Amino acid sequence: MGDLLLFINFYLIPGIVLGSIYALGAIGVSMVFGILRFAHFAHGDMMTLGAFIAFSAIGWLGVGPILALPFAMIGTIVVTLGIDRVFYKPLREKSTIIVVIASFGVALMLRSLIMVVWGVNTETYSSGISMPLVFLDSFRIAERHIWMMAITIAAMLGIHWTLSKTRIGKAMRAVSDSPELSRLAGISTEKVVQATWIIGAGLAAIGGVFIAWDSQIHANAGWDLILPIFAAAILGGIGKAYGAMAGGMVIGIAEEVSSYPWLGDGPLLSPGYKTGIAFAIMVIMLIWRPSGLFRGRVY
Amino acid sequence: MSVLELVDVTAGYGEGADILHNVSLKLDPGEIVSIVGPNGAGKSTAMKAIFGLLVMHGGKITMGSHDITGMPPEEVVGKGVGFVPQTDNVFPNLSVEENLEMGAFTYDGPLEGRLKNVYELFPPLLEKRNQAAGTLSGGQRQMVAMGRALMLEPQVLMLDEPTAGLSPKYAQEIFELVIQVNASGTPVLMVEQNARQALAISHRGYVLVDGQNRHEGSGPELIADREVAEMFLGG
Ligand SMILES: Nc1ncnc2c1ncn2[C@@H]1O[C@H](COP(=O)(O)OP(=O)(O)OP(=O)(O)O)[C@@H](O)[C@H]1O
Ligand SMILES: [Mg+2]
Repeated sequence: MGDLLLFINFYLIPGIVLGSIYALGAIGVSMVFGILRFAHFAHGDMMTLGAFIAFSAIGWLGVGPILALPFAMIGTIVVTLGIDRVFYKPLREKSTIIVVIASFGVALMLRSLIMVVWGVNTETYSSGISMPLVFLDSFRIAERHIWMMAITIAAMLGIHWTLSKTRIGKAMRAVSDSPELSRLAGISTEKVVQATWIIGAGLAAIGGVFIAWDSQIHANAGWDLILPIFAAAILGGIGKAYGAMAGGMVIGIAEEVSSYPWLGDGPLLSPGYKTGIAFAIMVIMLIWRPSGLFRGRVY
Repeated sequence: MSVLELVDVTAGYGEGADILHNVSLKLDPGEIVSIVGPNGAGKSTAMKAIFGLLVMHGGKITMGSHDITGMPPEEVVGKGVGFVPQTDNVFPNLSVEENLEMGAFTYDGPLEGRLKNVYELFPPLLEKRNQAAGTLSGGQRQMVAMGRALMLEPQVLMLDEPTAGLSPKYAQEIFELVIQVNASGTPVLMVEQNARQALAISHRGYVLVDGQNRHEGSGPELIADREVAEMFLGG
C-alpha cells in the first residue's frame, strides 16, 4: 500500500470523521454562546444522551444506527427543551456566570441520569467487525464512515439553509448580532432560543450517535469531548456556525494526523497526547486571535 | 384618547438611580410630537421606557385604553409600535434586506410589497440590498433602521434622532418622510437634535431637562419661546 493511501485510510479519513463529531458539537456550543451568551458545559452530555437513546432504539426495534438517528435527535431535543425550561430560563436575566455554573450542574445531573438508566458499562451498537469497503484495490473506507460524512455534510447544508433562508434562522443571526435591537424590532427571543436548542440538541445527538457507531459509548464519552469541542468553537470564532464547522474539522484532522510518522518511523506524536492538540490550538487562538478565524465575539 | 401616554413616569435602568422623574407626555391621533432637550436629559430613556426596558418606580404608560406599563418590547411591537433607536439600530452582520425583513418579524404575510415600498422611499438601499448593514455609511444605516421600522407598517412610529449623522439634504428628506408617514394617519413621536426643524413640522413638542418636563407647547410656540430658544435652538 502506498504511503499516500495509508495516510488517507488510517489518518485522514478518521480525522474527518472525528472532525465531523467535533463540528456537530461545536456548532451548538457556538450558537448557544452567540444567542444565549453562555458557555454550555452540558453539551457533551447531550451527545452522550443521544448516543444512548439510539442504543436503545437499536436494541428494541432492531434498526440500524441511521434509522435510530431520528429517535436520538427527537429524544435529545425534548430533554434539552425541558432542561432549558426548568434550569436555564429562570436564570435568563441573571449574569452569565450563574448560567454557566448551572450548566455544570445540568451536565452532572444528565450524566448521572444516563448512568441510572443505561448503566456504567461501555456499550457498542453492533457486535463483530464490519468489513471496510474496498475501492481501487487499496483505498479503503468503511461504509459507516461514508454515511457519517454524508450525514454531516447534509446537516451542515441544512444549517446553512436555515440560517440564510428561513425567518427564524435570520432572527437567530439577528439576536446573535444585537439582543437589544432584536427585542425592539419585535423578534420573539424565546422562539429564537428554542430554535437554537432544537438545532444544537439535534446536531449533538447526531454527533453522539457517531461516537458510539464509530467505536463505543459510555456515560462519560460526551463530557470527555468538551475540551476539543470548545477549542473548535473558539478556533472558528464564538457565535459563528460556519466557523465552528471549520474549527471542528481542523481540530479533528489535526489530532489524527499528528500521530502519522511524519519524521522517521514512529508516530510524530504519541496518540495518547491527541487531546493536547486541541488544548494547544485553543490556547494559541485565545492569545493570538481571540475572535477566531471567522471573527466571532470576544469576551 | 391618546394613542400613547406617559403619566408621571419615574424610572431608571436596573438597580441604578432614577433617570426620569414624573415625566408626562402624550401623543394624540394624527400628531407629530417632538421631544427636545440637552444631551443626557433622558429623551432616549423616555422612549425606552415605553418599550418596557426600564425599571418603573412610579407612573404608568398607556396605549389607548390599554395599560402597557412594563410590557416586554416584542409585545409593544406586536401592538404596532415601530421604533428606531438612537444607537446600534441596525444588525451589522445581516444584509440590508435581512435587516428590513426583521422589522416584519411579527407579520406573517408576504413581504414583497412592503420591501418594494421601503426601497422606493430609500432608493440607495435597493442596490445595497445584499450588502451587510455594518459596511454602510452612517446615513445609509439610518435609512436601514428607518426602513426596518416601516416594514411593520406601524400604527405608531417612534424615532430617536432619525437625522443624526445625516447630511442636511438627507435630514430634510427624513423630515419630509415623517410628514408623509404622518399624512397617511400614523402618529409620530420623535426625539431630535435638529430641534428647530423638528419643531417646525411638529404639532406639539416637549422640552425635557434633567429627566423632568420643562416646557411643552405647540411647535411654533416652543420655537418662539425665548428661554427655549436660548437653551436649545442656538439663540
Ligand atoms: N443603558 C443605560 N444604563 C444606565 N444609564 C443609562 C443608560 N442609558 C442612558 N443612561 C443614563 O441616562 C441619562 C439620560 O440618558 P439618555 O440617553 O436618555 O439622554 P438623551 O436625552 O437621550 O441624550 P442624547 O441627546 O445624548 O441622546 C444619562 O445620564 C445616561 O448616562
Ligand atoms: Mg438620546
